[in-house]
Amino acid sequence: MQLNNPKRPLKVYIFITCLVDTFFPEVGESMVKVLKALGVEVDFIEEQTCCGQPAFNSGYQDDARVVAERFLSIFDKTLRDEPGKDTYIVCPSGSCTSMVKVFYEDIFKNSPELLNKVRHISQKTFEFSEFLVTVLNTVDVGAEYSGVITYHDSCHLLRELGIKDGPRELIKSVKGVEFKEMELHDACCGFGGTFSIKFPKVSVSMLDEKIECIINSGADTLVSSDMGCLMNIGGALSRRKIPVKVMHLAELLAKRG
Amino acid sequence: MGFEEVRFEQDSEKALRNKSLQKALVNVTNRFRSARNKASEEVPDWEDLRTSAREIKKETIENLDKYLLILEESVKRTGGKVHWAKDAEEASRIIVGIAREGNVKSVVKSKSMATEEIELNSSFEDAGIKVVETDLGEYIIQLAGEHPSHIIAPAIPKTKEDISKLFSEKLGIPHYDKPEELTKVARERLRSEFLNADMGVSGANFAVAETGTIVVVENEGNARLTTTVPKIHVALVGIEKLIPHYEDLSLFLTVLARSATGQKSSTYVSFITGPKRSTDIDGPEEFHLVLLDNGRSKILASEETRESLYCIRCGACLNNCPVYRKVGGHSYGWVYSGPIGAIITPQLMGIDKAPELPFASSLCGACHDVCPVKIDFPKVLLELRKNVVESKKGGTRVLERLGIRLWRFTVEHESIYKITNKLSYYFQLPWKGSNGKLNSLPYPFSRWTDQRDFPAVAKKTFRETWKEIKHEAG
Repeated sequence: MQLNNPKRPLKVYIFITCLVDTFFPEVGESMVKVLKALGVEVDFIEEQTCCGQPAFNSGYQDDARVVAERFLSIFDKTLRDEPGKDTYIVCPSGSCTSMVKVFYEDIFKNSPELLNKVRHISQKTFEFSEFLVTVLNTVDVGAEYSGVITYHDSCHLLRELGIKDGPRELIKSVKGVEFKEMELHDACCGFGGTFSIKFPKVSVSMLDEKIECIINSGADTLVSSDMGCLMNIGGALSRRKIPVKVMHLAELLAKRG
Repeated sequence: MGFEEVRFEQDSEKALRNKSLQKALVNVTNRFRSARNKASEEVPDWEDLRTSAREIKKETIENLDKYLLILEESVKRTGGKVHWAKDAEEASRIIVGIAREGNVKSVVKSKSMATEEIELNSSFEDAGIKVVETDLGEYIIQLAGEHPSHIIAPAIPKTKEDISKLFSEKLGIPHYDKPEELTKVARERLRSEFLNADMGVSGANFAVAETGTIVVVENEGNARLTTTVPKIHVALVGIEKLIPHYEDLSLFLTVLARSATGQKSSTYVSFITGPKRSTDIDGPEEFHLVLLDNGRSKILASEETRESLYCIRCGACLNNCPVYRKVGGHSYGWVYSGPIGAIITPQLMGIDKAPELPFASSLCGACHDVCPVKIDFPKVLLELRKNVVESKKGGTRVLERLGIRLWRFTVEHESIYKITNKLSYYFQLPWKGSNGKLNSLPYPFSRWTDQRDFPAVAKKTFRETWKEIKHEAG
């Protein structure tokens, strides 16, 4: 479970999304725990706040740009200050990772200098499961959990970053887990950021379908890689008193027997 | 279609309450979706075909001015006439003018989104000319006095009971229960319409610049009759439907049929090059190509959203859209629905007429995944959202604008961000329910908590916890 003889020391700067920081700190803690257990040095830059996605997706691109630029300068400087190490940025969200890796290219397309920073940071930024599977080359992190799990593909992780199999491999490698794929596992849960309050009835009708698929899968635990989706699905499950547990992948991987 | 302003939220809620529509949407979109998935998996180099189709469309649209002139020359060379229409009104005037000149009393039409777009039927009716839709779905919709709700399946919400009742009322026939019986009635009625018509109006799936060929794809044979039986054939074609070369057709016909219905090829593919030649036994004596702009050149001018014009109208984005599958076509307020409607309606009609549409998507990207010409829908939607915010209508979003300002001020300053989180923790307590979540919040957050719990702000945020755990060993 340890790294395969890394040539250089490896250090991860965690990019904690504002949702995780504010509402779900346990997800960030779990991620730190999993990374440290794998022998990775972990650091958190306290100046970080948000990547700018809420404004960008709502059409306020000027506001988004200012916030994104702040994010960019914090992480660019940090990575450049660590010349002797293999440094990475790791984030427990497909959506926020794709904001940095995909949409920053659009935001800064007219500023060559900032675009350079975007590309520098982009190649070092990984979504949590992607980092474990492709950089650490690990699917078994030594976790144990007793339950039947189904996995919801969050849209940005799946379609913007193309990550589908890694999270499933990680889940299946957890001791004691039975994995069950649900129908329409790749259908949007209806969150979509402000979409969920701009068109709540449409959003909830999409959510209804997702919940039906979760229930029909027979799983007792739902795992995903984005707290946006999970607060939407989890919010309806708790309101309807449906006894399915909701868990971020990092939380699952931090479980021990 | 009397078009004033799209009211997506209002109309979508109406659609969500309509149980038979909900059932029909699930059935139809599931059927098309699985057929399309199967048909695309059968082709080993499917992704390469999509890439090639996109490349060709991109090159065509970038050089549209050049290709349009080549198309005009080609059509003239084969004996056809070419008309240029800058908007819906001019296009209708041209087509009704051709009808008057040819002393036309009766028109048959095959399915065409462009003619829906310009509301051609009402122009014919105003001019005292009879017009009959000949695609079965469109025929049903015309009898019902409604508008299509899906690009390739216009009558989606109608059940066979609805159609039986409609035929009985409008055609004065007994109630028939079986679809075969209903189809037979429509076929008999339409056959006589074809034989009596003086003019046929079609759209086109493709217009080939180098040969002047119009290609029409269909499954019922009605478009073939529409374009061959009457003495005049008019094709109304959006300027973006152009492709440069005849040999490109095999690629486009492949991706179109497989994306639309999952067929290897449509049952009928008609290649129409000019009017009847002296050596032909039959065919129309006159062929008119009406090229429609109607806002397309405005889209062409925008580098960021230009790819909206690559669309070949297969409807795959509708069938795969989790929003369309719930709200149906009419919620999008105009002839184009689903993701493609959400991006082209605001651009063709003006962003002030449809400011909700760019937001009527969760940006899940399923449309981008299936689009045969790989239109990057999320990217275009985001650009249009920006345009809405910057437009006149955007100026009315006071609460939202204030929220974004506050958010920006907060996240720009870590100290304020921390204070805000702390204050929120105490401020939220009155709304905290027994399950530890927020069960009802004031507007606009009530739009979330009406049906879902909202998570509570943590007592200790991650950054506070970090101070305690950072030195812990792994």
